[in-house]
Amino acid sequence: MSETVLILGATSAIARATAAAFAVRGASLYLASRDLGELERIAADLRLRHNVEVHFGLFDAEATGTHEAFFQTVIEKMRGLSGVVLAFGYLGDQQAARDFKAGAKVIAANFTGAASILSHSANYFEPLQRGFIIGISSVAGDRGRQSNYVYGAAKGALSLYLQGLRNRLFPSGVRVITIKPGFVDTAMTYGLSGLFLVASPQAIGERIVAALGKSADVVYLPWFWRYIMLIIQHIPEPIFKRLKL
Amino acid sequence: MPTLITSIFGWGRYPVQTCKLERPERYADLHSGAVSLIARGQGRSYGDAALNENRHVLLTERVNRLLAFDADKGILRAEAGVTLAEILDVIVPKGWFLPVTPGTKFVSLGGCVAADVHGKNHHHEGSFGDHVIAIDLILADGRHVTCSAAENADLFWATVGGMGLTGIIGEVVLKLIPIASSHMIVRHHAAGNLEQLFQHLQNPAIDDRYAVAWIDSLVTGQQLGRGIAMCGHHAAVDELPAGHGDALAIKPERSRKVPFDLPGWALNPLSIGAFNALYYRRAGKKTQPFLTGYDPYFYPLDAIDQWNRLYGKRGFVQYQCVIPDNAAFDGIRELLQELSGSRRPSFLAVLKRFGAQGRGLLSFPMAGYTLALDLPIRDEGLLVLLNKLDGIVLRHGGRVYLAKDARLSAESFRAMYPRYGEWLRIKSSVDPQNRFSSSLSRRLGIGEVTP
Repeated sequence: MSETVLILGATSAIARATAAAFAVRGASLYLASRDLGELERIAADLRLRHNVEVHFGLFDAEATGTHEAFFQTVIEKMRGLSGVVLAFGYLGDQQAARDFKAGAKVIAANFTGAASILSHSANYFEPLQRGFIIGISSVAGDRGRQSNYVYGAAKGALSLYLQGLRNRLFPSGVRVITIKPGFVDTAMTYGLSGLFLVASPQAIGERIVAALGKSADVVYLPWFWRYIMLIIQHIPEPIFKRLKL
Repeated sequence: MPTLITSIFGWGRYPVQTCKLERPERYADLHSGAVSLIARGQGRSYGDAALNENRHVLLTERVNRLLAFDADKGILRAEAGVTLAEILDVIVPKGWFLPVTPGTKFVSLGGCVAADVHGKNHHHEGSFGDHVIAIDLILADGRHVTCSAAENADLFWATVGGMGLTGIIGEVVLKLIPIASSHMIVRHHAAGNLEQLFQHLQNPAIDDRYAVAWIDSLVTGQQLGRGIAMCGHHAAVDELPAGHGDALAIKPERSRKVPFDLPGWALNPLSIGAFNALYYRRAGKKTQPFLTGYDPYFYPLDAIDQWNRLYGKRGFVQYQCVIPDNAAFDGIRELLQELSGSRRPSFLAVLKRFGAQGRGLLSFPMAGYTLALDLPIRDEGLLVLLNKLDGIVLRHGGRVYLAKDARLSAESFRAMYPRYGEWLRIKSSVDPQNRFSSSLSRRLGIGEVTP
């Protein structure tokens, strides 16, 4: 059977690049997000450039009540799945820290919604004894900083969730990979000041798919972010709390 | 939409201006509503056509999806941010080619419409706009309108060649041409002087579907205008050597990169003269038809990534003009004389034949001959020389190509583009506030309602 992959949050630049990297390997794809108009365009593009089968459908991470039926639809349409890529994310703005309503949306999109669809995915793959789950978290989840700690907390929770899931699914032979991108040149970061070593979405997409062929469970992209975050995580809290980060 | 304020420039690296960049990723975000906005695809126009100093520039590079391809009829629909290179990768293996292509494939589809670009086949097949079936144009008020030669035709012909000033070109439907192989059959014809070169380009026995002439711009006197006509066509299957394999396979081209800006003096009369003499002898020997890929024939400079850095930090101006048929020989001879008299060598001088003028109201091509010169910027003297060239072009009834231009005057523009008044009426009706404007449009007074 050829590879069939569900991409959740398929309209982001990283997701689009990841979908393209899967299409290069000949995978059939199911693209999901809230924006059907964009999905239709991305699906057409992937079909024309890579001659692969591409389906798409509506998925709202925050509407967790719809996730089970959604997942079932995907399984039927694709006649089974080889893997799931969780690529949605919502940065929000500084308001998220002061105004809980805004913060709740960040948490709902990045963590609650993710935990919901991941549980359906895990329950599907576990009895099959095969498959993969790739979760795109963020280096922002490695340490809380005043500039984006609501987003960071939600992504940090997602990283922990994926870690636990990996532990649970290991005996079933289901791969769970946590991707932690650093700065990537996407709509989320465009025009922000203070960015450095910004990677292209294409490079990240290719590395995400390449991670399936390697053994690492947690993949920083590009690789040097592992060391940047190692340093950041090891700054003693009494010093860290004084920093403007 | 988030903006990035930074200095940008065109392919000629002159001028350099600070602009507010926006980069949408969704089709629905293609228009920000900023009061002065210009779309920018790959930034391959040479001067200030895709600059908007201290104002907004909308990058279309991420809105680049291929949407539909009818492989039986050769009709492609795609978002305007896609490059010709990406299109070729998809269509060539299926037996189709671009109907018109400029000298680089690293341009956006939208840019090709906005500049109504031409190729080496204008004398037979017209310019890019002649092959566009329809476009989706996003107007100043955010409305999307379908424009074609049949529907909203006025707006269509104001947009083809309209330098992005009527709206944002969102999608393009393009009619392709069938090919039997990805190869070209090319033949070179050396000419000892300009008269011979013109004769070559007019000679039906030498002409082919595609024709272009390289000129050694440094020689003077009797040999003024010596060069090589390079004529070619897409190879038919029976023209390929035995055992050629898949006729439509694309051979990946290796690209070399210019890693740094060459010092300004690197290209000088001596080095260019030596190169030209060598090239004239070597290329002139290829008098028998030879087989080559479409990349080396159409896009020789694409093999050198960022070749514009060869001209050094100060950049260069590409001066491209067209002179109508009856005055072409005299006009182009005068231009070359003026150029060689100035001792400002042009690294590249290219002569092509144009067919009839198209319907694009601000389109560049007209029946005649077009000359393109690459001139490094050393000092203000270059601008003096170029003004002189404008005078020669005007006297012979010609015009300068806006997609290459960085320094034409508003007065010369009006004289060169007689259909501007007609264009302005259409522009004013869809964009009365002149929202779509660029550094080029302000410099040339394009779009301003007061005459």
